[in-house]
Amino acid sequence: MNENHDGARLALFNYLLGLGDDLLILGHRLSEWCGHAPVIEEDIALSNIALDCLGGANAFLQFAGETEGLGRSEDDLAFFRDAIQFKNYQITELPIGDFAFTIIRQFLFSSYNFILFGELQKSRSAKLASIAAKSYKEVKYHLRHTGEWVLRLGDGTEESHFRMQRALDDIWIYTGELFLDEGTDSILFESGYVPESRLLKPLWQERVEDLLSRATLPLPVEDQYLARGGRKGNHTEYLGHLLSEMQILARSYPGAKW
Amino acid sequence: MPFNSSNDTQWVLWEVFLQETPGGPHIHAGSLHAVDAEMAIQNARDVYARRGPVRSIWVVASEDITATSPQDKDSFFDPADDKIYRHPQFYKVPKGVRGV
Repeated sequence: MNENHDGARLALFNYLLGLGDDLLILGHRLSEWCGHAPVIEEDIALSNIALDCLGGANAFLQFAGETEGLGRSEDDLAFFRDAIQFKNYQITELPIGDFAFTIIRQFLFSSYNFILFGELQKSRSAKLASIAAKSYKEVKYHLRHTGEWVLRLGDGTEESHFRMQRALDDIWIYTGELFLDEGTDSILFESGYVPESRLLKPLWQERVEDLLSRATLPLPVEDQYLARGGRKGNHTEYLGHLLSEMQILARSYPGAKW
Repeated sequence: MPFNSSNDTQWVLWEVFLQETPGGPHIHAGSLHAVDAEMAIQNARDVYARRGPVRSIWVVASEDITATSPQDKDSFFDPADDKIYRHPQFYKVPKGVRGV
């Protein structure tokens, strides 16, 4: 099989959309902290992480557009699709909540991306491997930054511990779909393009559990209902509102340049 | 009225030093607030090291720095001014020596 094979090409296109949409939507959420973070140093830190996410989204969506072969640019994909056509996991589109929620979300998702991008560096697609390698370095830092916050806030004051535990309990139902491989054509695993997400779960769980336990934050119960469907275009009510804000400029002034 | 530090809700102040070349000096870049040394290093990276060719960062709690006071100026620094022989400016620096 090669990327020119139509079935594989469509599968890879969809997979790349998922990766790009995750980073685009999460980056947009993080950017909402700009000017609003608790202290200016953290304002800059979160904005930096947001910019890293947008850079990754740019690379994945550009590659998605090339793979699709219909001449769609990364901007076309970012600004001229509707919610149902977005493939991001639902965890990325949830509102920013308080600082605890933002940090927990980022820690859980960066942990996932850290493991995923580590594996994607072995992809038989050299381009996918190289984008993953660049993002891997960035995510390693996001993980360090958010991990240190989880430790300090989880094992901090009564108030900070309460908020962190609440955030963890609230967000947990959105972590399940990260490991379902929903919407990923098995042709991509079989031919060595991407790893199976379900195989990444133990690695993720071990990493997350280790840090959360050091932060005195018990994991939510395992067998609860878990949300799913992001990769198939099923989203929470929040995505449409986010898109209307993110896309309005591009849609009001198509082709606008800085 | 004297400054009452118990009303100060800011985190601890840190001074940031950046090294741009291998073996080069760590040069003061500025200061920032952070809860502890690890977060100070991270904040320094985000605030001061994102755009430059930085190789190494030092952070030092500002309160750990002992400094001269403005009143020391005359006694500390003026005496050297009128003794030209104290300044090693009569030597020629050999060609090829950098960083002097």
